[in-house]
Formats: sequence, structure tokens, C-alpha cells
Amino acid sequence: MKVLIPQPLLSYTDHRDRVNAEGATLDEVLYDLDRQYPGIRFRMINEQDEMRPHIVFFVAGEKTRNLAEPLTDSEEVVIMQALSGG
Amino acid sequence: MSNLGVTLDTGPALVVSTRKGLFFLQPKSRKHTAPMQGSSDWQLSNPVFLGHIINHALLDPRDGRTLLAAARTGHLGPTVFRSLDAGNSWQEADRPPAFDKAQPGEKARVVSHTFWLSPGHASEPGVWYAGSSPQALWVSEDSGATWGSVRGFNDHPEYEARTEDPQAGTPDGPIMHSILIDPRDSRHMYLGLSGGGIYETLDKGETWNPLNQGMASPIAEAVAPGESMETPHGSIAWQETGPQHDPHCVQMHQQNPDVLYQQNHCGIYRLERPNTTWERIGNNMPTDVGDIGFVMGVHPRDSDTCWVFPMDGTDVWPRTCPGGKPAVFSTRDGGNTWARQNRGLPERAWFTVKRQCMAVSSADPAGVYFGTTCGELWGSENEGDSWYCLAAHLPEIYAVEAVEIQ
Repeated sequence: MKVLIPQPLLSYTDHRDRVNAEGATLDEVLYDLDRQYPGIRFRMINEQDEMRPHIVFFVAGEKTRNLAEPLTDSEEVVIMQALSGG
Repeated sequence: MSNLGVTLDTGPALVVSTRKGLFFLQPKSRKHTAPMQGSSDWQLSNPVFLGHIINHALLDPRDGRTLLAAARTGHLGPTVFRSLDAGNSWQEADRPPAFDKAQPGEKARVVSHTFWLSPGHASEPGVWYAGSSPQALWVSEDSGATWGSVRGFNDHPEYEARTEDPQAGTPDGPIMHSILIDPRDSRHMYLGLSGGGIYETLDKGETWNPLNQGMASPIAEAVAPGESMETPHGSIAWQETGPQHDPHCVQMHQQNPDVLYQQNHCGIYRLERPNTTWERIGNNMPTDVGDIGFVMGVHPRDSDTCWVFPMDGTDVWPRTCPGGKPAVFSTRDGGNTWARQNRGLPERAWFTVKRQCMAVSSADPAGVYFGTTCGELWGSENEGDSWYCLAAHLPEIYAVEAVEIQ
């Protein structure tokens, strides 16, 4: 499925903002992303398998904080990162 | 992941970690016929990792080529970047410091950021140590590529009693810092906890014992405004273990490793081993300046010489230059007497110098450098007798290291 990468993580994907990843859940997709682009998952998901505070995922247009969210191949995952502060 | 790096010449360099990226400075000329006296004498690099918070970065003195940088951004998780070619190219650690996933019933710990990096013993190339927030000690045996937990500290049954709760205390989070390796013995190490005090191991981190005798401790929340914020050693409330101790920066003299200096939240201390009780040498500082501060710099050859940068510890503890008059103070007799060194510094300024922001070079005479929260880098090529501004308008400076590129 297609995954949209936010600007702060483009350095991991050779600056490609749309990449493909496989998985039956959001968690599996993120592990597949990390297999292809080592290190990218830990910047979004901490060692307790929790989403970091300012990272947001949208699956098929719906916001989710559930890593076990089931996915289908036709769905698109959008990763967004809040920007705040100075 | 890679990042555009810098090209550094062999020779001296300053590694400047800031809230917005990593910078390097090198002298423009290796053959100085006149003392360096201004920013035009130094070449400032472009920023590396612009926008990343760099808490600490330094060069491995064992090879003169490996650089490590502890980084995070405002919103992405913490990591460590490493360069094996003196900053020309960078890679991310394959496994940055991270706690184990908590088992049911266990407290889940999450690394907020790596705060401190220390190269290991000279006999152990590739070994590095790191201190993090929440407070934990990490070790790498492959020049920072992968990091593991030092379980003798991180998983000790008294971990919570020794350390500071991440939800309490220091605004930037409790940190582990001042990881010091005895050059005579790789198994002998010290570390500092803010808060939590100083710990020592004689068995390479298997067991740790507190080394806080003689240190006053801040218990700000327990006293009314205007009263002393200290609990002197010897008072009923004093305890050797716990987050009430706050060593800001501890330094070991590399040629005389029995001598330790410490800038504590409560004052300036010296300890000469095998003694175990710190002596408050800050009592000899001028009373209108006091001995509050963050940094501690030690002379590369003379273990009786060190430098501090006092901060205002009155009223609500602004911890800016006391009276708005910035000055370094140095001692050349182990803290019995102190000399004010402010020639060339601004007459009025209100900046802060954070705990990792003073560096002393191995040159003779030693170069002394400090960075400010205003993004200015100041230096002295004559051991503090006079100062000049090397660079200004940088982001807030978090750490300064004087290194020698090979």
C-alpha cells in the first residue's frame, strides 16, 4: 500500500514522499517501512510501542492512534507530524 | 539515513552543539604569529543537522576521526548520529539507546533524549558510554552503532530511590551526565545525576555506590521563600542517596585522576581520592558572586587549576551572570583562592552558561572556551587572562568540546 511520508522523515526515504509498504495492520506497515528505511520507526514509535506525542497517522482518511488498526491493500497511510514551538 | 557533513582540517577544532544543530570552528591558520583575538581568526562551519536538537557531540580522542552526536527534534524520537570520517558523512545508529519493552506490571520507561556522550577507556577502542533522560547509562562497543543498557545501574533494585522521577524536578528532565572513566583503570568510573548525586563503580558498572559525602543538597520545595535552599551535610535532613543531590558538572583530571572537581547546584567542590568527602572550595569565592553555576573546566596538566562561570543563585535563582557582570573565575591552588577573569568579556550581560558549555584544550597555554544561551562562543588562548568572541548569533549553545582532528 501507499504510505505518505512527512517532510521531517524524508531523509530516511531518499526524499521520496510516497513509498510502498506491506502489512495487515498499521504496526506491520511501520515495521516494513523500517525494514526498507532503517531507523524510521523509532522516530515515530517509542520502545514501548507507543506513538510519539506529535505523530499522527491517518488510514483511509481517518485519524488513528491504534497500531493494531487493520489495513487493506487499497488503503493509504498518511503520516503527519505536528510542528509547534520555535 | 545520511546527512550532509562538513570538511574539517586536521588540527584543533571546537565542536559546538546547539538547540538547532551542530557547528564546528577551526582556526583559519595553523601558524599564528599573533594571538587569536576575534571571530575573523576562526572558520565557522555550516550547520550539520540544522533544526535538530544536539545535546552533546564530541570526537573520539582515540582515533581523532569518529564523531558522535546525540540528537532529537522537537517531535521525532531521540537518536545518535555518528561519523567515522571527521564529520564528512554521517549515519544514524542502528540501535540508539532505548529501554526494554516493559513486561506486565513493570514501569514503562522511554528515553526522552541522550544527554551525554563519553568515549571509553583508551584500551577499549570503539567503546562509548551515554547518559540519558530519564537517567540511564548506555554502552556501545561498536563506535556508537548499537547501544545496550548498563543493567547494573539501569535495572538496580534501588533505581527509583537513586534517581529522579521524570515527572518531577528538573524542567528539562532528570539527566545522567559527567560519565568519567579512570584513565588508569577501565573498570573504575563515575557518573553524575541531576538530581541524584554522584556514583562510582569499581567493576565496570556492575555495582555502583554513592559518593556524595560533604555535598549540600537543594531542597527548594521544603523551604519558604527567602530561606536557604540548602541542606548542609551533617544536618538532620541530609541523606547520601536521592534526587536532592544535584551535581551539575563533574570533571576528573586526566593526568591526576584522583582529583575531581564539581560544580554543584549548591556550590563548588573538590575531592581528592581516596578521600570520600567533598570539600566546598566555593566557600573561598567572593561572597557577592557566590559559587553557584553549571560548568567546570580543568587544566590539562595542572590539577590545581580549574575554571568556573558563576551564575546568580539569589532570590528566584535567575542563574544569569551575577549582577549582570559576566566573569570566569579560576583557581590555581586547588580552590583556596580564586581570581576574576573578565578582560574582554561584556561589561553587562545576562546570559547563562549551561553545564556542558565550557571546554579546555590541551594546548600550552591551555585554551578555555565557553558558549552561552545567547549563542555566543567566547574563548581565551591564555588560560583566561583575556577573552574574545569567536562566534555570535548561533542558536542557544548546549555543549562545547575542544578536540584535535587527526
